[in-house]
Amino acid sequence: MRAAPLPNDRPDTGPVLDIRDLVVEFPTRRGVLTAIRGVSVTVERGEILGIVGESGAGKSLTGAAVIGLLEPPGRIAGGEIRIRGRRIDNLPKRDMMALRGSTIGAIFQDPLTSLNPLLTVGDQLIETIRCHLPLSRAEAAMRAIDLLNEVGIPSAELRLQQYPHQFSGGMRQRVVIALALAGEPDLVVADEPTTALDVSIQAQITALLKRICRDRGTAVMLVTHDMGVIAETADRVAVMYAGRIVEIGPVDDIIRRPQHPYTRGLIGSIPSLVTSHERLVQIDGAMPRLNSMPAGCAFHPRCVLADTRCRSTLPPLLTNGSGLAACWNLAAGNAVEAA
Amino acid sequence: MLAIIVKRIGNAALVMLVVAFIAFMIFQFLGDPVQLMLNSQATQGDRDALRIRLGLDQPVIMQFFTFVVRALHGDFGVSFRNQREVMSLIAERFPATFELVMVSTVLALLIGIPLGVFAAINPKNLAARMARMVSMIGISVPAFVIGIVLILIFSVQLGWLPAFGRGEVVQFGTWSTGLLTPSGRLALIMPSISLALFQISFVMRLVTAEMLEVLRTDYIKFARARGLPDRSVHFRHALKNCMMPVVTMTGMMIGDLIAFALVTETVFQWPGMGLLFVQAVMFIDIPVMAAYLMIVSVIFITLNTIVDFVYLAVDPRLRQAGSGGGGHVR
Ligand SMILES: Nc1ncnc2c1ncn2[C@@H]1O[C@H](COP(=O)(O)OP(=O)(O)OP(=O)(O)O)[C@@H](O)[C@H]1O
Ligand code: SF4
Ligand SMILES: [Mg+2]
Repeated sequence: MRAAPLPNDRPDTGPVLDIRDLVVEFPTRRGVLTAIRGVSVTVERGEILGIVGESGAGKSLTGAAVIGLLEPPGRIAGGEIRIRGRRIDNLPKRDMMALRGSTIGAIFQDPLTSLNPLLTVGDQLIETIRCHLPLSRAEAAMRAIDLLNEVGIPSAELRLQQYPHQFSGGMRQRVVIALALAGEPDLVVADEPTTALDVSIQAQITALLKRICRDRGTAVMLVTHDMGVIAETADRVAVMYAGRIVEIGPVDDIIRRPQHPYTRGLIGSIPSLVTSHERLVQIDGAMPRLNSMPAGCAFHPRCVLADTRCRSTLPPLLTNGSGLAACWNLAAGNAVEAA
Repeated sequence: MLAIIVKRIGNAALVMLVVAFIAFMIFQFLGDPVQLMLNSQATQGDRDALRIRLGLDQPVIMQFFTFVVRALHGDFGVSFRNQREVMSLIAERFPATFELVMVSTVLALLIGIPLGVFAAINPKNLAARMARMVSMIGISVPAFVIGIVLILIFSVQLGWLPAFGRGEVVQFGTWSTGLLTPSGRLALIMPSISLALFQISFVMRLVTAEMLEVLRTDYIKFARARGLPDRSVHFRHALKNCMMPVVTMTGMMIGDLIAFALVTETVFQWPGMGLLFVQAVMFIDIPVMAAYLMIVSVIFITLNTIVDFVYLAVDPRLRQAGSGGGGHVR
């Protein structure tokens, strides 16, 4: 007996995913480490929200919190997560399990290790489909073929009988995507879905994600450290730094007119995104460790614009142009841009 | 696929030939059989006659050839100790050992695997922690100590179970079994438990370690993220991926137990191969020792080959290697 997934009669207004003030902690022997410190973000139906930032910024943890698969001892210590208006962060384990796959799908980084090597692709698909929909094995097999066709795998019927090792990396990631879609989720959390792939195949996978998002109206939360992938795929982007969102807004605006000094550094360090007259910017230094967070703005030790206020007081995330940014010296940033 | 199977069997045959050679060398050089078989009053004529009768005047390579042909027919000569056919001695003893080892192995798998899975998926559970503690004892206390304790309690004190022997056996041709009579089954209980205790602990710890490893893999995380129920994640997805080392270790264990059940067999006076071997060593009964070596090797090699085939059956990646079919398709 499994709890039913979210009923379909809910109004389709409002965001599919709504995260408010999310806090994620790791209790350790030396005290509690706070890895996510108040993240708020929404994803609409048919929208791809990119989450970008350096390694350790908390992107994956945000995704894991949404799927309800934080590795213990990690726990949600504050805030709320809603899917189509229903709160899910405090659900019992059983109810959360019922949502996984059917309401929230997940795609992980490494397609080579995401599939069970001992079961055929068909077995894995059919099991997942039947876990979410009341279908016979034969009906589920038909659906599995449709899904493989949808994600662009040729001769799907034959492919069902094959094992993961008989697929190339790109094809395996397509299978992973088919598996994530098997339960017809409203939201897909994709954590670095292209990072492990060849550059030529990356573009195919991002195109596939976009198509699925458009055709099915699925909301996608795309986690990556690759600004290039975001530029190509996402509608909006949230830039994370040290467990917080420092800037969020429409992708085009953020890439063309980044407001936050960290975002500017992030974009400036990608040659393909920098137009000829600008120079490549490098951000010196490294992100602070969780156990030695600086006071004030967490970015201040690396920020060229840092002043005394930055060192003492946390800048709030405020409306700025088409998006939001958390920085005391945005005016200066605009000035730089105007120059 | 067929090519792989043929290759494995070819390998096994080759190894067997090497073992046969070693057994043959023992036969040849560990004491002079003529010396051992005749008494001290024998004349030189007697000796030469026996030498020719045993084929010892032939070149060594011919002798080895004869040895192999005979071994293939199950002819390992005559025991020095009681002048009986070695093969019939072994055929008499082998079923007892085989039955004991099989019963304790089945016990070990039936108890060890579920316990191991349980301990891995409920690491904090009190019962699971207790089971792990007890398994430490099972691993570290020798089987004969457990056997003696069992005899003291259940035979000497309570008088419930026989302290020695196989009980009544039923004969099927050359095979004898104690499984079909009540006394035979009673007699099996203590020896198989004392033999199985180590195995249970071992299988349990192995399964726990492997499960913990597999539960951390991406495909298990992804299976959970797809909403598959715990039952399927644990038993369909995880356990299957733990089975390789368990199969390997079970194969080795069965071979080990058949070869070295002698301690337990001695404690319980179990009329098996171990007891036969102990007696053969004490009497320097070379034909029996050589045959024993050959048979134990056959068992090990057979088990190994079976393990290889189980691997092929379980893991599609191995089936493909060398078969030429399939391959990466973009
Ligand atoms: N089990 C854990 N115990 C303690 N800290 C953890 C644990 N898991 C993650 N963290 C910390 O949480 C922070 C965010 O981790 P997260 O995996 O979300 O980073 P990320 O932004 O996805 O980076 P990457 O690009 O490397 O994947 C990191 O500083 C990390 O050290
Ligand atoms: S608040 Fe200050 S330190 Fe932080 S990014 Fe803005 S200018 Fe730099
Ligand atoms: Mg990550």
